[in-house]
Amino acid sequence: MPGHAGGCAAAVRNRPVAPIPASAGVGLKPAHYQHILEHRPAIGWFEVHPENYMGAGGPPHRYLEAIRELYPLSLHGVGLSIGGAGRLDRAHLERLATLVRRYQPALFSEHLAWSTHTRGFMNDLLPLPYNEETLAHVAGHVAEVQDALGRRMLVENPATYLRFEDSSIAETQFLEELATRTGCGLLLDVNNVYVSGTNHGFDPPGYLDRFPTRLVEEIHVAGHVRREDDLGQPLLIDSHDAPVADPVWALLEQALQVAGPLPVLVEWDSSIPAWDGLMREATRAQRILHARTTEHRRHAATA
Amino acid sequence: MPRLHDTQSHFATAVHDPESALPPGLLGRAGEVPTARFGVYRNNVGSSLVDAVAANYPTIQRLVGTEFLRAMVQVYVRDTLPETPVLIHYGATFPGFVAAFEPAQRLPYLADVARIDWAWHQAYHAAEANPLGPEQLATIPADELAGRRMLLHPSAGALSSPWPALSIWHTNRHDATVKPVDLRSGGQDTLICRPAHEVGVWHLPAGGAGFLHALAGQATLSDAARQSAELTPAFDLTRTLQALLASGAITGIR
Repeated sequence: MPGHAGGCAAAVRNRPVAPIPASAGVGLKPAHYQHILEHRPAIGWFEVHPENYMGAGGPPHRYLEAIRELYPLSLHGVGLSIGGAGRLDRAHLERLATLVRRYQPALFSEHLAWSTHTRGFMNDLLPLPYNEETLAHVAGHVAEVQDALGRRMLVENPATYLRFEDSSIAETQFLEELATRTGCGLLLDVNNVYVSGTNHGFDPPGYLDRFPTRLVEEIHVAGHVRREDDLGQPLLIDSHDAPVADPVWALLEQALQVAGPLPVLVEWDSSIPAWDGLMREATRAQRILHARTTEHRRHAATA
Repeated sequence: MPRLHDTQSHFATAVHDPESALPPGLLGRAGEVPTARFGVYRNNVGSSLVDAVAANYPTIQRLVGTEFLRAMVQVYVRDTLPETPVLIHYGATFPGFVAAFEPAQRLPYLADVARIDWAWHQAYHAAEANPLGPEQLATIPADELAGRRMLLHPSAGALSSPWPALSIWHTNRHDATVKPVDLRSGGQDTLICRPAHEVGVWHLPAGGAGFLHALAGQATLSDAARQSAELTPAFDLTRTLQALLASGAITGIR
């Protein structure tokens, strides 16, 4: 148990940003705080949802301070609603900026989605029509976030369950154009590629071929569940409550082969296993990273 | 008005009302109206908000069971969406909702037990501060103390219940087998505070909760004591102060 968190501001002020290594990391969960501090497992880095650390104090900050002393950290927002039609929530942006100053994370990412509308926050990553109006709007929000945080952000491709009639731009092209206009980087979630591909009937490896891989700075893998829609077609749900599926591991291999070594995060957000269960997934990601990036280097050397 | 705003308005309205028709312009894989697919968003929004509130009321879950709690919370979230994405602040008004919730009326103490859960949750996430030690208090001459004001710990909260709410809360929160509580045993005042890593929950002498609220409202020690004695003739200043100091609820004196 970390003993003391008072007076942390002074200790943190000169904290160096520890870069996220091109190795496997996992989402940090309260159920694993004690284990991590007692055993200091050999894992490359951790990622947290900043919204869970927006209380004024208490054990969440005490643990995160202690773990941040030992490992590089990435913040992965779930509440900024950069796809929301309204204005960005400036108070929320300020809370984010405070956390960024305090913890000096190496990366900050958010989703190509919306979650807040006039009635309030809906706590889900809702889908967007991909067209010029949305692109201009989201680009404005990304620029505003990057200004407020004083850093580049990454934007993640979403898992979606339906499409919009007035979508006129492919998702890969939309993300590439968003990055071109704002200078943001991309977070490639290969589970989302598989989920959306299955749901909409596109070929996930083909999507990866079209993805602007050079802009990717982080990759996510996660588990999903399989359901059916009204017509009996497969409907995959991005549930983050299960081991990563084999076709998703295959997409990770494909992505790393093209992109070279990158940080890979295992997300597991509900029905969370004991630490060893999560570590098994991270170890598998690490093995793939090692094998694929060795191959990538060999190709690069002979090219 | 831009189209994106309208699209999201229609989408949000339909997500919140499971009986409503789907918004126009949505497609499934084969171009069909994607009813089951839209249902994924309805379910994600609904169940994740219920999860968020229910997680902050573990004692109520033990008292009434998961099914009843979730049914109550479902009605609550329908009219009370989170105002911010910080869900650790979501559900503050749930105890008041419980107090007025018709199917829960046979458990008249339920809302006060929920208030203890919420105060516990608030204390868990509250700012850090160092409690005042008895030796620091001793440096102030007794005759000066009466006119002074107390600085309270950011995590300190108190509530007074006409029911033995703390006894009910305690056995449901901590005991492997819930112990019976005699509802005729009278009301209880409860103090919640997190002086360091762990949240503590203490019994306060009668009138103690009102005393803490008076101190929080900037009353001097003597004014807070007089008000408390008027409201609660049995109010015992010495025992109450001892309890506040022992729990770490006082951080300074001005």
